[in-house]
Amino acid sequence: MRSPRFDATVLTLGFAFLYIPIIILIVYSFNASRLVTVWGGFSLHWYSAMWSNQGLMDAAWVTARVGVLSATLGTILGTLAALALTRFARFPGRMAFSGMIYAPLVMPEVITGLSLLLLFVAMGVDRGFWTVTIAHTTFTMCYVAIVVQSRLLTFDRSLEEAALDLGCPPVKTFFKITLPLIFPAVIAGWMLAFTLSLDDLVIASFNTGPGATTLPIKIYSQVRLGVTPEINAICTILIGLVTIGVIAASLTTKRTEIKRVRDEHLAARGATT
Amino acid sequence: MANVAEANPAPHTGGHSWTRWLVVVVPYVWLILFFVAPFLIILKISFSDTAISIPPYTPVFEGFGAIGDFFSQLDFENYIFLTEDPLYIWSYLSSLRIAAISTLLLLLIGYPMALAMARAPTSIRPTLVMLVILPFWTSFLIRVYAWIGILKPDGLLTLALQTIGLMGPDQQVQIFRTDYAVFIGIVYSYLPFMVLPLYSALEKMDNSLLEAASDLGCPPWKAFWKITFPLSLPGVIAGSMICFIPITGEFVIPDLLGGADTLMIGKTLWTEFFGNRDWPLASAVAVILLIMLVVPIMIFQNQQKKVV
Repeated sequence: MRSPRFDATVLTLGFAFLYIPIIILIVYSFNASRLVTVWGGFSLHWYSAMWSNQGLMDAAWVTARVGVLSATLGTILGTLAALALTRFARFPGRMAFSGMIYAPLVMPEVITGLSLLLLFVAMGVDRGFWTVTIAHTTFTMCYVAIVVQSRLLTFDRSLEEAALDLGCPPVKTFFKITLPLIFPAVIAGWMLAFTLSLDDLVIASFNTGPGATTLPIKIYSQVRLGVTPEINAICTILIGLVTIGVIAASLTTKRTEIKRVRDEHLAARGATT
Repeated sequence: MANVAEANPAPHTGGHSWTRWLVVVVPYVWLILFFVAPFLIILKISFSDTAISIPPYTPVFEGFGAIGDFFSQLDFENYIFLTEDPLYIWSYLSSLRIAAISTLLLLLIGYPMALAMARAPTSIRPTLVMLVILPFWTSFLIRVYAWIGILKPDGLLTLALQTIGLMGPDQQVQIFRTDYAVFIGIVYSYLPFMVLPLYSALEKMDNSLLEAASDLGCPPWKAFWKITFPLSLPGVIAGSMICFIPITGEFVIPDLLGGADTLMIGKTLWTEFFGNRDWPLASAVAVILLIMLVVPIMIFQNQQKKVV
């Protein structure tokens, strides 16, 4: 059970299970044939078909705008929430607050979607672009809060305290010291929020209105009618974008991490000499 | 965590209290407005009658002064209806069954993976973690869609089995639109959510314990059950809850991969809302689902607090 061969087999099988369906999906987006099981040769036909599909392109544009806006709002609110949770040991309703941060992470989407829709109806708000954006902000801010919180918990607070001791106002200290130090986590949080928004079908379906059809809603309605290589093509592009983003983000994080460690070493050496 | 913060009072706790206020109040108000208030509204609407007008319900109470009115007009009709029609009870039970079996399958597949990752050389661990996370970033819908092309009767699995001769040319795989396809879809989609908490619990483990056990003559399988597994329990609980709770309310997977007889409450709620346009009944379905999930959610939150 502890043999390296067992471990290697488990990992190979596990990753094969995770990746083979995605690879098949990508390969068949370049298939000239419309049939899933027939390979008709390499073709970019479905990409041009996708490109000229106005409905699909409109939906992509709506999704991009909702994603950027809700991820940005969610990152601001989530970072504030993370600060509240880590920097303030006591405030009224702290328990309830942390509960509100963790609950949306596991809440079934049908409940979140339906309850928000009923709120918007009760408030007399027309459903559309803004309601989807608010809905996405609400559930993505909790993910951002978790990501940023874990960074705030592990970081060295002496720099922050030094700045405050030297009379730097708290707001300035945050922007000059804290924010640069937690920035990789904030960026990672933004990316997570953006992909979650890009991905969401259920919550968007409840809260959307005329003219605000997002890409997952569009894809879902086409998938129900059957598998088409056009959908494979748009999925491949989405997978490519997300992969590039994730790899870029992890490289940036690694580089800033290395730089931070080196700076700390230099600072420590400077302090001793 | 609270203790540490109290022992080391932050220098900026005094003075500029308005910034401190803002940091807490802005996200707090947002969450109360868009996360808590909707639950109160869903509760209220689940007690009201269906009407033909848009929004399709007659409000039970208008304004916050009419609390007395509210209680006198409470209408349990929707809830009574839920207990009378076996469709709903079966949907709840079937959701719990599918979620429980899926979580077990996820543990059985995810645990060996997480263990193998935690025992891998330190240099390749970040790459392995990255490989687990990457599919998680890829759209849920896309990953479920990928399985349709594989599992369809005239899909790639049939083709593959026919090619290697395990199946005759006139036979087809009959998995698509059954519960089996739902299990495959769920395990596939939720595997990263199970592997990552398990891995972070297993990775922290002190290897000297296992070495001591082996020096004292404990066989590896016994050492696993006596040391590794009990120490990884927080990860097991976190991973299981992170998977079990959303799976219970899952809609996309049973809808796209399941058959007409695959009952899951998320799908029932969706049909009630979008198909039958019965908003009060859909709200009642959601309220009961939430009540069912309160205990697992509490377990999850306690676990998270301990980790932090």
